[in-house]
Amino acid sequence: MTSSKQALAHPASSAEAAPGTPPGAARGAQGRGTPPAGPDSWRSRLYRWDMKASPYAFIAPFFVIFGAFSLVPLLYTAWYSLHNVQLSSLDTQTWAGLDNYKNLLSSDFFWNALKNTFTIGLISTVPQLMAAIGLAHLLNYRLRGSTIWRVVMLTPYATSVAAATLVFTLLYSWDGGMINWLLHFVGVDPVNWRESDWGSQFAVSSIVIWRWTGYNALIYLAAMQAIPTDLYESASLDGANRWQQFRHVTIPQLRPTILFTVVVSTIGATQLFGEPLLFGGVSGSKGGSEHQYQTLGLYMYDQGWIIGNLGKASAIAWSMFLILVVIAAVNMLLTRRLRKSQ
Amino acid sequence: MTTSELTLPQVRKEPRRPRRVMGAGKQLHAGPVTYIVLTVFALVSLAPLVWTAIAASRTDRRLAETPPPLWFGGNLFKNMQAAWDQAGLGTAMFNSTVVAGTITVATVLFSTLAGFAFAKLRFRFSSALLLLTIGTMMIPPQLAVVPLYLWMSDLGWSNQLQTVILPTLVTAFGTFFMRQYLVQALPTELIEAARVDGASSLRVVWHVVFPAARPAMAVLGLLTFVFAWNDFLWPIIALNQQNPTVQVALNSLGTGYVPDQAVIMAGALLGTLPLLIAFILFGKQIVGGIMQGAIKG
Repeated sequence: MTSSKQALAHPASSAEAAPGTPPGAARGAQGRGTPPAGPDSWRSRLYRWDMKASPYAFIAPFFVIFGAFSLVPLLYTAWYSLHNVQLSSLDTQTWAGLDNYKNLLSSDFFWNALKNTFTIGLISTVPQLMAAIGLAHLLNYRLRGSTIWRVVMLTPYATSVAAATLVFTLLYSWDGGMINWLLHFVGVDPVNWRESDWGSQFAVSSIVIWRWTGYNALIYLAAMQAIPTDLYESASLDGANRWQQFRHVTIPQLRPTILFTVVVSTIGATQLFGEPLLFGGVSGSKGGSEHQYQTLGLYMYDQGWIIGNLGKASAIAWSMFLILVVIAAVNMLLTRRLRKSQ
Repeated sequence: MTTSELTLPQVRKEPRRPRRVMGAGKQLHAGPVTYIVLTVFALVSLAPLVWTAIAASRTDRRLAETPPPLWFGGNLFKNMQAAWDQAGLGTAMFNSTVVAGTITVATVLFSTLAGFAFAKLRFRFSSALLLLTIGTMMIPPQLAVVPLYLWMSDLGWSNQLQTVILPTLVTAFGTFFMRQYLVQALPTELIEAARVDGASSLRVVWHVVFPAARPAMAVLGLLTFVFAWNDFLWPIIALNQQNPTVQVALNSLGTGYVPDQAVIMAGALLGTLPLLIAFILFGKQIVGGIMQGAIKG
């Protein structure tokens, strides 16, 4: 660790480089990087070593744990997806090539799960984010007890997927359920929420919407509060009413945040699992008698831990990942287009 | 990847974000319509929870009748007792406290260290590593569970708490959250001054970084605790009803472990209660944390 290296790592031009600058340089009396002479020298060497190594030491726990429990498993999942791995005989894992993937592509259940994931993702994300923007707009007014309103909107987030789904399942039960009872007042016949196609998908989506709308509203609210007031002032000088201001000032200013929440919600929707599992009750991993709300996450759990084919489950997991990568790429292209067209 | 592309503009905006941008005096006052619509939202948010308590205070037979009960009955404590004993919620609450507590302490500590390094220290590849950190938030947990399950069985750790603690000791969200906070909240001159006095990195962390980061560490702690308490996928694979966390016990309840609906509702209520109490006590801080982080955990 020579002094020249030290100087390279911390160009002298930047006065604000202080966190990494040795004390000698900070005092400015000696030339930069020159170690203080005398008996102090081993200390200054230790000091410099500390300067150089400590950033890596500070980020090490994150990367070591992330590497060991996420990145390495990700690669192993790819490896297992090319093998025949059965829960009942874990010691014999034989090479299967692309069989697991071929198996998936020719399986109606896989396509069904993909379709359900897409549908449920769409009907849970779009209304959720639209409601969240509206709610954020209201929360952005000057309110009495503004903190209490915000906390109340966030309480569904405190409820776990499991607890929320248990309650909603009971609310949606066919006879004696609260929702069917309320619907009979407006003349709607009892809906069999668990068995019907659209009914069960709507019910599962409603749990997602209930849990996440308030959370997203707070994210939009934070972004709304960062919009400079003069934009609104000049808009109102131009004669824009409140709705036009919302439409032409708020929404465009929120665009990066909206894109961000869309991406995060898409990631969440792709891995949807707990809600359909518990909504299904005893045989939850099937996603209903006709698999009408079996999502990819649920299909993976069913194949891996109920049927016991971990190789196939790995292939499903990697398919999910590939789908996300494709969505991310499309999104990146779209973002770039949008930016260019502006 | 994309996530980072989207977040970075926000990052740069951060220093200009103080609340005075929209001066309180200039904010529009809410009219009655606003209050009415907000009340509807509030009712929808709270009604399912209130009804959980109503259902938990009734009997299984009453819950099957029409119309559904709209007010409390007298069986709340009996049902809670049953959930506590039959569904193993006592063990589950204890286990979840240990699991979520450990994860919270570790996440806050490691995130503060890494966040500090990313915010204030210069080192090779720091921006690439930060992008990588943010990019990891895109990876669904499903991509890790098969190998984790196989390793844990090899180690003979099935059904032991460390299986659900170890993989979650750090989060990318926490690291990014602390970085965002420390970029603004920790004056670089303060670190410089400590350096001039010859303080080692560890001393800087202890005497300068931790005191400056304390408010954000508290908020991150709360958010992490909520996340860890509610974590679902990996715990239900790694643990079973012999040694459950709260979510595992609730999953068993939902799949017919106890057929009594009133007891199931009592279990759902009990399992949510610690977080509801936390929200009542620290709601303001949790809301502030989410608005600051503006990233889903």
